[in-house]
Order: sequence, then structure tokens, then C-alpha cells
Amino acid sequence: MVLFGVAAVGFGVVLVYGLSGLPAFGHYHGVYGKVINGIGVTERHATDLVTALNFDIRGFDTLGEEFILFGSVLGVVLILRQMRGEHDRPRQHEADEHTFAGASEALRALSLAVIPAILAIGIYIVVHGQLTPGGGFQGGVILAAGPLVVFLAGRYLRMRIVAPHTLVEIGEAAGALGYALVGLSGLVLAGVFFKNFLPLGIAGHLLSGGQMDLASAAVGLEVSGAFLVAFGEFLDQAMVVSGSPRS
Amino acid sequence: MTILQIAALAAVAVGGGAVVAARDPLRQTLVLSIYGMALTMLFFVFQAPDVALSEIVVSTVGLPVMILLALRKVHQHQRQRERDRTQDES
Amino acid sequence: MSFLPFAVAAWLFLAGLYGIVSSRSLIRAILSLTVVQSATYVVLLGVGYSKGGQAPIFADIPQTSKAVDPVVQVLVLTDVVIEATVTAMLLALAVQAHKRFGSLDPQDLRALQD
Repeated sequence: MVLFGVAAVGFGVVLVYGLSGLPAFGHYHGVYGKVINGIGVTERHATDLVTALNFDIRGFDTLGEEFILFGSVLGVVLILRQMRGEHDRPRQHEADEHTFAGASEALRALSLAVIPAILAIGIYIVVHGQLTPGGGFQGGVILAAGPLVVFLAGRYLRMRIVAPHTLVEIGEAAGALGYALVGLSGLVLAGVFFKNFLPLGIAGHLLSGGQMDLASAAVGLEVSGAFLVAFGEFLDQAMVVSGSPRS
Repeated sequence: MTILQIAALAAVAVGGGAVVAARDPLRQTLVLSIYGMALTMLFFVFQAPDVALSEIVVSTVGLPVMILLALRKVHQHQRQRERDRTQDES
Repeated sequence: MSFLPFAVAAWLFLAGLYGIVSSRSLIRAILSLTVVQSATYVVLLGVGYSKGGQAPIFADIPQTSKAVDPVVQVLVLTDVVIEATVTAMLLALAVQAHKRFGSLDPQDLRALQD
């Protein structure tokens, strides 16, 4: 602990010295940002410049980040695979499924009714990425929260029916593949990887921005699939798997 | 710097300290959720609504669910081991 | 006063590091890592802010109005979602470590190695 204290003080001094070399808060000096703000709307016909940067101007970076997501969820699945000595608990009957104190039938019915609302909000945010704050990443996480509501109301097995293993894994892989295909289509149809190949449309309308909608939808599918796969793995561990791994 | 920004920065600083200082992981998860909301407020006041959107969903729904499920699995396994150990001894 | 965001970020970074080093449970260390990650978000957004600027969304404000930098927002936005999945992988590692070694204490894990 003493060693950490000394190292932390030294590191803290260097950190503060480095941070004080930055331009003062509020005085932004960068050139790239000002240029994008000036010409972004007329160049890309999209009013939300953050999404335009994410999926069109710097779409290649998003490809890399998306595959980091894919890889880490792959890591979760691999780490939590079934080992020798572990087995699934006998499948519980519907009647004595895990009931939280106070969970009544009304709560369960309400949870099923809330799912379409969450899905509608999620799809709205994914599709309107280029007009208002939104896009694939935000909408994808909201979409993943939908089936989770079923679990929160006390019916774990039902969540497995709403979001089965194979379906979410296929959805996630399809999303990743879809985003790479959007980039390749830019290469094939317009000559440059990730160049916008669809007609740009009028800024402010839903079908503007060219490929941004497609890329947003692919990323939304992938992010929601990734989170549902991770939730499913942890749920399986906590509810179904039992026993100790024999090495 | 506006008053709102200063208040949000103060909330984030206090929240970060609280997350580190919390005793057991269960309490720490709840403090982490509140810290996520303080961060969302900060991102919003820094004029970044996209970031605030993603942070609010991740830190209130995405992350605590996984942490709580991992904690439950660890507790279950702990109880199983103690049960096996008392069975071996008896 | 204008150094405040960076001071808060430095404080968060050091506090998170202290949390990682001094925690006796792997899950507490993982949650302190989240605090360290949020320090980077604050620094990035602090760099991009410009006084009097609005959000870089020109749906209802005229195009020539002053706006903050959108590039750093792109970085932080994808970062937030991806760090959540990386934290999920670390939690999976912690669960497996507990199953294998019976404890979440980093000191115990080291002792069982030799």
C-alpha cells in the first residue's frame, strides 16, 4: 500500500501537469470539429452530426469498435461454457418458477405489455439516428432491455422463450455481418470502402443520409443481440447451472 | 462555466468517491447506478445528448443486471461449497 | 475554475486506481475500473466543449450557430457501450475464478498458484 501511495502521488503530479497543458475548458482549439460543424449538414444531408460521423465520415472506426463488442461477448460465452462436473438443474415446472415477493399476476401481465413500448422506442431511436440524438448504439441497448423486463417480473423461463439462445446469437452475427456488408457495398458500388453509396436525400427527412439508416440498423441489431447473449449467459449461470467444475 | 456544470461536476466527483468507498459489492452496485445518473447529467450539461442517451441505459439497466447475476452465482456457489464441506466432515 | 473538469477527471482516475488496488474482492475491483473509465469520458468531453456552444445537432438551430465538437462525442459514445461488454467479460472471469478457486480474494488466488 505504501508503494501504491508513492506511485499514485508521482502519477498524480504528472497527470495534473499534463492536463494543465490542455487549452482551458471552454476554449476549443481544434480545427476538425469546426470544419465538420460548418459543412456537415450540407455535405452529408444529415442533421445529427454525431451519427453522421459515426456511420459515414468515420465509419471505419465504428467497424473496429463494433468488432471489439463482438469479441468481448464471444469471450463471455467462451468463459462461461459448461465444464466437466457441471450440469443443468432439472427444469423447473412453470408453477414453482422463481417468484419474487409481491409479484402478482398483474405485474407479469404488465411486463408483457411494456415490451412492445420498449421495442417501439428502441426502433424509433435506431431509425432516427441521423435526425435527432440516437443511432445504432443507443437504440440497440434500449432494444436489449425489452426482453429483460420479462425476467424482472419473475418469469425467467418465459424470457428464454422470448429471446432464445439461437435467435439472439444469429441476430448478433447478422448485425455484425450487415455492417461489414455496408462497407463492402461502398467499396463495390462507389469505389471506396465505406463511401456513401445511396442517394443522400433531403436533410431533415427520414430517408436522408444515404447508408446511415442501414448502418444504424445493422449496429442496433448487433448491439441488442450482444447484450441479450451476455444477459442470457449470466442468467443461465445464476438460475440453471449447478455443480463445480472438475479440473 | 455555468452553475449547472459546476454542480454536475461536484456530483460526479462525490459519486466516484462513493463507488470506491462502498463496503460490499451489492451496495456498490446501487451506488454505481446513481453514479451513472450523475454522469448522464454531466454529459447532458456538456451539450452531448447522444452520449447521455447511451450512458443512461447502460448504467441503469445493462451493467447492474450483469453484476447482480454474477453476485448471485457467487453466493450460490459459496453456499454449495459450505454444504459440501459440512457433509464431508459429518 | 476552468481547470475543474480536468481536476475532477484526475480525481476520479486516482480514486478508481486506489479502489482497484485496495479491494479484497474481484467484483469490487471491476466496479472501481468503471470509475477509471468514466474519468476518460470526462476528459474527452471537457476537451471538446466550447463556451456558449450548443449540441452538434442542427435540426432546429441555424447551421452557422456555435456548436461543440462532435468528434469526441463519437469516441465517448461508442466507448460507453463497449466498456459495458468488456466489464461483462471481466465479471465472467470473476465467476469462473470463484468456481475454480472458491474465493474472490486476489490474495487467495495468488496463494493457490504456487
